[in-house]
Amino acid sequence: MAMFLALCLGFGGFFLGVIGQGDPIGVHGYLIAFVGYLLLFLIVHSFYSPNPSPKRVTRYFDDPTKAGIILAMLWVIIATFVGDWIAWLLVFPEATFDAGWSSFGRLRPVHTSGVIFGFGGNALIATSFHVLQRTSRARLPDQLTPWVIIIGYNLFCLIAATGYLMGVTSSKEYAEPEWYADIFLTVVWVLYLLLYLRTLKRRKEPHIYVANWYFMAFIIVMAILHVFNGLAVPVSLGHAKSYSLFSGVQDAMVQWWYGHNAVAFFLTAGFLGMLYYYLPMRAQRPIFSYRLSIISFWGITFLYMWVGSHHLHYTALPQWVQTLGMSFSIILLVPSWASAGNALLTLNGAWDKVRDDPTLRFMMVAAIFYGLSTFEGSFLAIRPVNALSHYTDWTVGHVHSGALGWVAMITFGSIYTLVPWLWGKKEMYSKKLIEVHFWLALAGTIIYVFAMWNSGIIQGLMWRAYNGEGTLAYSFIESVEAMKPYYVARAFGGFCFFLGTVIGLYNIVKTIKSTDLELAAPPDKEPIVHSSDALTLQTAE
Amino acid sequence: MFKTHEKLERSTIGFAVAIMIAASIGGIIEIIPLFTIDETVEDVPDMRQYTPLELAGRNIYIREGCYACHSQMVRTLQDEVERYGPYSLAVESKYDHPMLWGSKRTGPDLARVGNKYSDQWHVTHLNNPRDVVPQSVMPSYGWLLRTELKYDDLDRHLAALKKVGVPYTDDMIDNAVADAYGQSDPESDQASGVFERYGDDTNVRAFDGDRRKLTEMDALVAYLQIMGGLTDISQVQTDDVNTVTKNISGE
Repeated sequence: MAMFLALCLGFGGFFLGVIGQGDPIGVHGYLIAFVGYLLLFLIVHSFYSPNPSPKRVTRYFDDPTKAGIILAMLWVIIATFVGDWIAWLLVFPEATFDAGWSSFGRLRPVHTSGVIFGFGGNALIATSFHVLQRTSRARLPDQLTPWVIIIGYNLFCLIAATGYLMGVTSSKEYAEPEWYADIFLTVVWVLYLLLYLRTLKRRKEPHIYVANWYFMAFIIVMAILHVFNGLAVPVSLGHAKSYSLFSGVQDAMVQWWYGHNAVAFFLTAGFLGMLYYYLPMRAQRPIFSYRLSIISFWGITFLYMWVGSHHLHYTALPQWVQTLGMSFSIILLVPSWASAGNALLTLNGAWDKVRDDPTLRFMMVAAIFYGLSTFEGSFLAIRPVNALSHYTDWTVGHVHSGALGWVAMITFGSIYTLVPWLWGKKEMYSKKLIEVHFWLALAGTIIYVFAMWNSGIIQGLMWRAYNGEGTLAYSFIESVEAMKPYYVARAFGGFCFFLGTVIGLYNIVKTIKSTDLELAAPPDKEPIVHSSDALTLQTAE
Repeated sequence: MFKTHEKLERSTIGFAVAIMIAASIGGIIEIIPLFTIDETVEDVPDMRQYTPLELAGRNIYIREGCYACHSQMVRTLQDEVERYGPYSLAVESKYDHPMLWGSKRTGPDLARVGNKYSDQWHVTHLNNPRDVVPQSVMPSYGWLLRTELKYDDLDRHLAALKKVGVPYTDDMIDNAVADAYGQSDPESDQASGVFERYGDDTNVRAFDGDRRKLTEMDALVAYLQIMGGLTDISQVQTDDVNTVTKNISGE
């Protein structure tokens, strides 16, 4: 079966390569074909290795999680490196090559997609597999699907990133990949959803745990958003270019309905799933309030879908939609703070651990940044505030306080918790390096966010400033010049953050390779063997 | 309420369906009416489609990610109207698949940039922005002048746009390739067809200064020069075309 899929991938890619001659889609075709044949080779090669023990059904299936964690760390290093590169480009615009691929406009989506989908997506898929099995006391139903998901998803990320460098983009923010990559991702995503539901069906715990609610919301709603936002007509099968089904004002609304809910369901719901498992596990405290979890979960799931229009204040979008978006954005603060509060109150009685354990501190700071960013988000959604902040660096600062402060910090906390468990080690290789990573990440984030607050507010004020004669006080270029010191500070903050991720990967690799940290027995409970797997086990005995 | 939820969280499918329903309501209420309420997009008789060359330029604008730093949406705020020109109307991006309203102004808004600068200024500026604006942080796009435009498949682009609702006629689609060439070479035989199909006001000239070669620069400048010029309606902006004028009626 795996061979068949790899062969399909190989032939499919080759076909795309041939009909897309002379177009970037052709390059992608050959890239897909190459990956397909490489997989085929690996599968055939694995026939020579000894048969896996049938006893495997008595253990959780964690290999895809391990792969996902490493891939997430690789992506965050690439993506923050590119991010910092383009941050310096705004200081030194000449510091690049005289070629299309290296210009700001093409590198920027590599950064954004690399962080959101490469880093965030891999981290979410990896941890969701892990959490899903533990909280259900059930092993994943088969071995092939999780691998198809991890490999397929990363192939999508690779197509996306290389496409941007060649100028392949739909221009839809946070959904830049073109139609063929979108279709491919849809297939992978549906498999992911099915795997999730199949595993939940096999669960031996009567209740579905809170973390899984969030992971399910993440998978289901992203599927809906992705499909509708991506609707487009390609020029031909041999063209990477397609034209969006929607235009003008409707397209703007659909794009921000998608865009803001990518923030909601990818960058919030998914990572809340992470928080709801790893934070209580690390702190060894139960979640503060179960009822608060219910209220905040449904609040977030229902309310977020209304708020996208706050990205379009004072535009040609009808005012009634703007007003709805603003109103719901303000109400949204209630479930957001309920989640953040629930997380922080869970730490009550474990504050000594927060002081001593940098891993837990990562998660604590993440919860705080989550609270701060959601407050800021609701604030920026108010029309008159938005009049000042929109189009400025303030928005960029807001996004990064969420992405660096919340998303990345909760992920690093979870990864540092998870890595020793997965590889059967007592603890991470170096606690000191986690400490260094923590302070680099926190300092980098704070420098970044403060720089963007300053530059954003100054920009906004300069654009609307009038002089005594009643004419505009500043030309646009004067506002660009005023940004320079903040752009330097931002690029420096970003570099600190990037450095932290490199140290993080080094620490993880060292942990995996170390022999003296070895644990005798796996740390977690065994899954309860499902009836369909029982036969495999019996024949073995 | 919490009792019901205890039941719900025991059912995989039930929970999944509940998520789908809760998450769908907002989108349905905010998006569907935008397609059905007529007032959402103003009705303008003189609105024209992009010419094939302008469309090719727009695709280059998308390819290079220009929209990441330049918005195309003048908001209904006094300072914006004074800085950039009349605020943008929904109808102006009616044929924009996708729209490029943007969300960030690292550089200025471009919704009204058409005919504000000369072709020569744009060519110099795109080639190296610091030649005309020393403090600029915009990247140089040196390869635009060096790269010949790929325009032999523009008919298929127009046909795809027709499928998503842009009213290109068969005549326009059939002559797309010739029109792309004609628009950048006023002395060629193909030039007259451009006026015929897209109107007498269409810009027909050698945008990059060299009429013998059709470069990516030609296409991009052609696009920049038509921004805000697909209809004259924005120049009027009376109360009956938009109801949000109160925002700019200040001093």
